[in-house]
Amino acid sequence: MTLLATGNAEPKPVDALPVLACDDFREAVLTQIAGGQRLLLLTALPGDGAETRLLAALADDASGEIGLAAATATGSYPALTSDCPAAHYFEREIYEQCGIRPAGHPWLKPVRFPRGGKPIADVEFFKVEGAEVHEVAVGPVHAGVIEPGHFRFSCHGERVLHLEISLGYQHRGVEAALRGSPHKRSIHLAETVAGETRAAPATAYCQLIEALSGAECSPRATALRVVGLELERIANHVGDLGALAGDVGFLPAAAYCGRLRGDVLNLTALLCGSRLGRGWIRPGGVAGDLGTETLAELRRRLAEAERDMRNAVDLLWKSSSVRSRFENAGILRRAAATDLGIVGPPARASGVDRDCRRDFPGPTYRDHQPFIAVGESGDVFGRAMQRWQEIDNSLILLGRLLDDPGAGAIVEGIGALAPNRIAVSLVEGWRGEIVHLGITDGAGRLSHYKIVDPSFRNWFGLAMAMRDQQISDFPLCNKSFNLSYCGHDL
Amino acid sequence: MFKALMARARQKYRTAAYPAEEPNLPPLFRGRPIFDQGKCVAGCTVCADLCPSTAIKLSADGPRLDLGRCIFCGECAAACPEDVIRFTRDWRLAASERTELLVAGDAEPHVEVLRKELRRLLGRSLRLRQISAGGCNGCETEVNALGNVVFDSSRFGIDFVASPRHADGVLITGPITENMRAATLSTYEAVAEPKLVIAAGACAISGGIFHDHQETCGGVEGILPVDLYVPGCPPHPITILDGLLRLLGRL
Repeated sequence: MTLLATGNAEPKPVDALPVLACDDFREAVLTQIAGGQRLLLLTALPGDGAETRLLAALADDASGEIGLAAATATGSYPALTSDCPAAHYFEREIYEQCGIRPAGHPWLKPVRFPRGGKPIADVEFFKVEGAEVHEVAVGPVHAGVIEPGHFRFSCHGERVLHLEISLGYQHRGVEAALRGSPHKRSIHLAETVAGETRAAPATAYCQLIEALSGAECSPRATALRVVGLELERIANHVGDLGALAGDVGFLPAAAYCGRLRGDVLNLTALLCGSRLGRGWIRPGGVAGDLGTETLAELRRRLAEAERDMRNAVDLLWKSSSVRSRFENAGILRRAAATDLGIVGPPARASGVDRDCRRDFPGPTYRDHQPFIAVGESGDVFGRAMQRWQEIDNSLILLGRLLDDPGAGAIVEGIGALAPNRIAVSLVEGWRGEIVHLGITDGAGRLSHYKIVDPSFRNWFGLAMAMRDQQISDFPLCNKSFNLSYCGHDL
Repeated sequence: MFKALMARARQKYRTAAYPAEEPNLPPLFRGRPIFDQGKCVAGCTVCADLCPSTAIKLSADGPRLDLGRCIFCGECAAACPEDVIRFTRDWRLAASERTELLVAGDAEPHVEVLRKELRRLLGRSLRLRQISAGGCNGCETEVNALGNVVFDSSRFGIDFVASPRHADGVLITGPITENMRAATLSTYEAVAEPKLVIAAGACAISGGIFHDHQETCGGVEGILPVDLYVPGCPPHPITILDGLLRLLGRL
């Protein structure tokens, strides 16, 4: 037994964490992965002296178990990437944050260009050479109201041979600011990790500190959290369907879905006053109760929105011009999705049956299981259809919750966090699996806080999906993933 | 084709009647805060102590709130033992001077209409280049919403354009991270004179919740001259639209 077994939001004493030699650590992680587990996170925790502690978390989707292992590294350690491609980005991050060298990693490029390191303007790109090969550089400022990032395409004619995505422009120090939590800014930082995703990272943070303090949300508070989470999913998915329609010039569905996205955001505003759900999820529960009238209004307006969504989205599936643009564009193969550890709708659209709400439900989704849709084609059409099926399933779940949100206190007090504990909190946001890991010190403060946003894993999936595509299809493929820059950059 | 026309009829006309009618805001909407100054208990520091973005300063007269730093979480109002602070549903928050955003009592921020020559130059259109500079994409989301059929800013001639060369000004969101400083400046420089700068959201105005992070510049202050500040975290699309329309003298 080389791993410490835990689950979603189940704290364990830090002392129980096995600390292995680097080679044994590598062996242990690779053995688990060969056995069908996947890498949830790999990070380095700076120690007091020259030693750095590596920490890996492995997920067993079948059993809902999470395995933790640690190792002590000085200067360098044998990289996992060569045998576990999903580790490649984590190892770049480790090198950037701690200076520990994963020996044997193919290219330890910066991930976020933090202060004191290489300036962001000095980024190097993979070079494709040959007659008539050319490069297209886009960003950081894009042609639209979009977050900043740089895309470098190596093309032969219109064909993209390689896409390199270089981010870090939104790096604003969220993880560092969360150290020392819980403090008065923690929940607000959790809410501003990644753009349109407020409820999911806030829930991940709350699950973590609730577990560490031994607090438990009432059934009603839990149900109301799920209402916020699923409304967030529906709003963003329908907005993306509209944006996909816009990218292929199918303006009716673009206009209707854009409006419907706002209608669902306005339902979220009914919960807490903020269209983006700011302030709804709070440690110990939610910000307020929903009376019978509000619940009835939510049901009524959601039913109207559902009717209009079905009508608008149906236009997409029944328009041959839309289908011909969506189908076979930007295919992400199932093998690539599995190897890279892709999560969320892009993974499921490629046939990878993975959803935290079912596999790691934790305290939030334990009693609120949605149907999980899984596609197979892995193209833009697959990702679009995936969004629609997820909307459909969320609507069923919401119907149940709004009919009967259960009973109990709206918010429970949070006591002191248990000292010297480690806990992992998982929530399936609309973009995919959100991982928050916290370790408390002797005083019960979170001395380490690690966030893995789904976009951190999925950007590379987009790069893979663009191979051999026409460069003109990039906006469409990009939108079908719709990844977060700020969630990646933190 | 017939199906698309049927859908069009079914989806109805959805553009908000604003500004002819008041906007339809949710009951719990947190807009411009007001302060009942006289009611503060001597020595009480509850609001300033818990403000997550340190937007509240206390003086002998009571609290003074920096709307440009406030994230509108409402925690101060909920915790105040004397109900001194109350968030109204007033969506009109924009101001043309930074000092206008330091509010106490029931002060309302004021927007100075652009000078006549500039308005004549702009005619009936305002084209803006948006710069996203290190926030959380919340403000960008609400700026994007201005383009949907409900808010439909283009009915006022207000549009977001791809190239700074085509723009009359920039709308900045985010605290301006160190990594976005150079790109922000070069985008601004690419806009032809005369040009406007609009800072939308607490981050762009003051750094917001990230104001003291060493990775950010703490907002646009001291980096670019600002013509319009639109507070919020993020500002409601109507708040942004209201600020722009007042700047143009259209309200």
